[in-house]
Amino acid sequence: MTETVTTAPAGVADAGARRRLAHVRWSDFSLVPVILVLMVIGFIVSPVFLTSDNLISVIQQSSELSLLVLGQALILICGRMDLSLESTIGIAPVIAMWLVLPSEGGRFAGLGLLPTWTAIPLCLLVGVAIGAVNGFLMLKLNVNGFIATLGMLTMLRGLHVGITEGKSITEVPESFRYLGKTDWLGAPAAVWICLTLFAVGGAALAWLRHGRALYAIGGNPEAARAAGIRVDRITWAVLAIGGLLAAFAGILYTGHYGSVAATQGNGWIFQVFAAAVIGGISLKGGRGTLFGALTGVLTLQLVVNVMTLGGVPALWNQFLNGAIIIVALVISRFASGEKQD
Amino acid sequence: MSAAPALDARGIVKRFGPTLALDSVALTVRPGESHALVGRNGAGKSTLVGVVTGLHRQDAGTVAFGGAPAPAFGDRAAWQAKVACVYQQSMVVPDLTVAENLFLNRFEGGPIRWGRLRRRAADLLAEYGVNVDPDVRARELTVEQRQFVEIARALSFGARLIVLDEPTAQLDARGIERLFTKLRELQAQGVAFLFISHHLQEVYELCTAVTVYRDARHVVTAPVAELAKDDLVAAMTGEAGAGASWHAGARAVREDAAPVLTVEGLALDGEFEPVDLAVRPGEVLGLAGAAASGNTALGETLAGMRRASAGRIAVRGRTVRPGSVPHALDAGIGYIPEDRHRQGLVPQRSVAENATLTVTDQLGPWGTVLPSRTREFARSMIASLDIKTRGPGQLVSGLSGGNQQKVVVARALARRPVALVAVRPTAGVDVKSKEALLAVVRRVADEGNAAVIVSDELDDLRVCDRVLALFHGRVVAAYDSGWSDRELVAAMEGVGERP
Repeated sequence: MTETVTTAPAGVADAGARRRLAHVRWSDFSLVPVILVLMVIGFIVSPVFLTSDNLISVIQQSSELSLLVLGQALILICGRMDLSLESTIGIAPVIAMWLVLPSEGGRFAGLGLLPTWTAIPLCLLVGVAIGAVNGFLMLKLNVNGFIATLGMLTMLRGLHVGITEGKSITEVPESFRYLGKTDWLGAPAAVWICLTLFAVGGAALAWLRHGRALYAIGGNPEAARAAGIRVDRITWAVLAIGGLLAAFAGILYTGHYGSVAATQGNGWIFQVFAAAVIGGISLKGGRGTLFGALTGVLTLQLVVNVMTLGGVPALWNQFLNGAIIIVALVISRFASGEKQD
Repeated sequence: MSAAPALDARGIVKRFGPTLALDSVALTVRPGESHALVGRNGAGKSTLVGVVTGLHRQDAGTVAFGGAPAPAFGDRAAWQAKVACVYQQSMVVPDLTVAENLFLNRFEGGPIRWGRLRRRAADLLAEYGVNVDPDVRARELTVEQRQFVEIARALSFGARLIVLDEPTAQLDARGIERLFTKLRELQAQGVAFLFISHHLQEVYELCTAVTVYRDARHVVTAPVAELAKDDLVAAMTGEAGAGASWHAGARAVREDAAPVLTVEGLALDGEFEPVDLAVRPGEVLGLAGAAASGNTALGETLAGMRRASAGRIAVRGRTVRPGSVPHALDAGIGYIPEDRHRQGLVPQRSVAENATLTVTDQLGPWGTVLPSRTREFARSMIASLDIKTRGPGQLVSGLSGGNQQKVVVARALARRPVALVAVRPTAGVDVKSKEALLAVVRRVADEGNAAVIVSDELDDLRVCDRVLALFHGRVVAAYDSGWSDRELVAAMEGVGERP
């Protein structure tokens, strides 16, 4: 520190602290006051709001969505996008179950090819495979990522409907149920897993060389390549991780509700993008943090919760949801003082 | 020249917050004159351009065009009829045709009549002798043709003063020649140019008068013919300038030592033909060549950005895997890319992050990157390269051009390369930074490493111990230190005889 020419020796310690503070990007915290305001409103609207049961259920309900946001945030930071995540959350459990469930006896006729314990690994593998196919389309064939993953979204949704013949599967393997239903230390396992994954992801982005590389790739892929970063390989890995997280979200969701509906995940991708962008992730890549993304998810979920407690008719939910996204977007735009792109 | 000056700016003061960007400066450009405005980065040139093109409002002082006071601030249409600026970054829409670009947002009422539009565009281009087909898309034009189109567009608004901001930065020598020829023709028609350039040679070639700013103040205005190059540099830097004809002296190149970097039969289809190189410890090799000569492609191939179609590259006798930047880095090849905006920097990230991008594997155990060690590393780089920054955490986009380029150099030096490949390392930086950057390259070589400078800038090539000139993908000439400008330029242009 002594060789810095810009600071006088007397102010070194002070300047050091201020410099560390300068590294904190306030835009990543722009939604925190919004969340606090929402909590105050929730408290005024209904005394039930501030009970731990209610708050835990808010987090529980946002856990699956937040995993998709986590995956999407990583993909967006390295300058890509993946719309097919919302289909992966449905198709990955379906394929796993299709392969392990017996061909006779249940309402849903599986293939019974593999033992039941393989359900979770299979499901995750399907997620990775979908991410890898997306990567192949974008990185090897160099097709437009938006349209390629839009095609994957539609195709996988169709595959889901085709395999299940449009019906829900209700014979869910025990391992799925365990993860979806168990409580650890007084909160659902899904909540802990989710928070852990966000923490791990955030730490990786902050302190791992491959994590830091995502910002370089998203910010300027050519510069990253010239600096010796294996751009394609890392992007591919991130897309696979995105698929993996979506498949894992599928496991939690399926386990929690004890069935897979033909529409599982349908339409979520809009919420995923909305949460990521109001959380400060740039659609052009290279900017944003996972903490920001998490606050984005929580903001959207809290709004829904407050509206439900406030007795807003369910028929108006969709309208209000859209309106809230736009309001949150404008708030985070001005709270952070940065242009969103 | 009794006519009122095309531009007369007096006593211009401009503040940005606490910074005084212009301290009552003056500038007068006569009709039909090419007037150079030079100064180091931060001298106030861009701010003045902003004021005289109506983008900034001055805090004090007056601007007049052709004797009439400048239009009201914010009246874009009126400003357009007085003055136009051709920027470094092109302002044409690449996917529209030339004709449409020329009349963008100036179509006649009612539906667009394309035939008429094309005829008007053709007339306009013919009037100023611009030989461009109005039907081609703007992206298919060369850089200087795009500039011609922008100039023609500006003139068609009625402007008689054109500001050219670093117009030659992306041009090769031929493009520059065509641009200058066109500018001289237009001057003869009474158009005045304000020419902003770091390239003093061009100032002497094109301009009749020069104004020097330093630290927001006006230093001198003089006819170019009366100001010697050394005096001009002295006016810019405020100190006696080093002679521009400086050459690398007899260096301690160990002739007998084994080469650090060897290249055998390296070729890339469509770019350059098989070439052999050997760069010894302590040697700086120059690869001179104009834009399409293949020298840039050769530099990029050495750095692993491109995969050669034949031949091999070896560092200290060990073959480097072709077409892989990570392997080239591990072999000890450092790379300063051609365009810092395209390949050099991640603009939204900090100086520290950009400078350590190549060494993220050395900043902590088990693949971690510790922020403290990153800052530490960046600080030592900032100190050793004298990068002007508020600190390692500053966003790199907030630095001046010369300092941004130093960050790119820091990134290349971070791994302590044994062979440094620098492609046009001083493009778009001021005189002072230029000297510093070239000294760094020289220093790397003097420490017993090899360095390769790929450039068409004579000043870059002067620090080289040996220069190879490329033309259309072939090495056409080789020079030891002490070549004359004329013979090297002739070789790069393909008009020199083979030695």
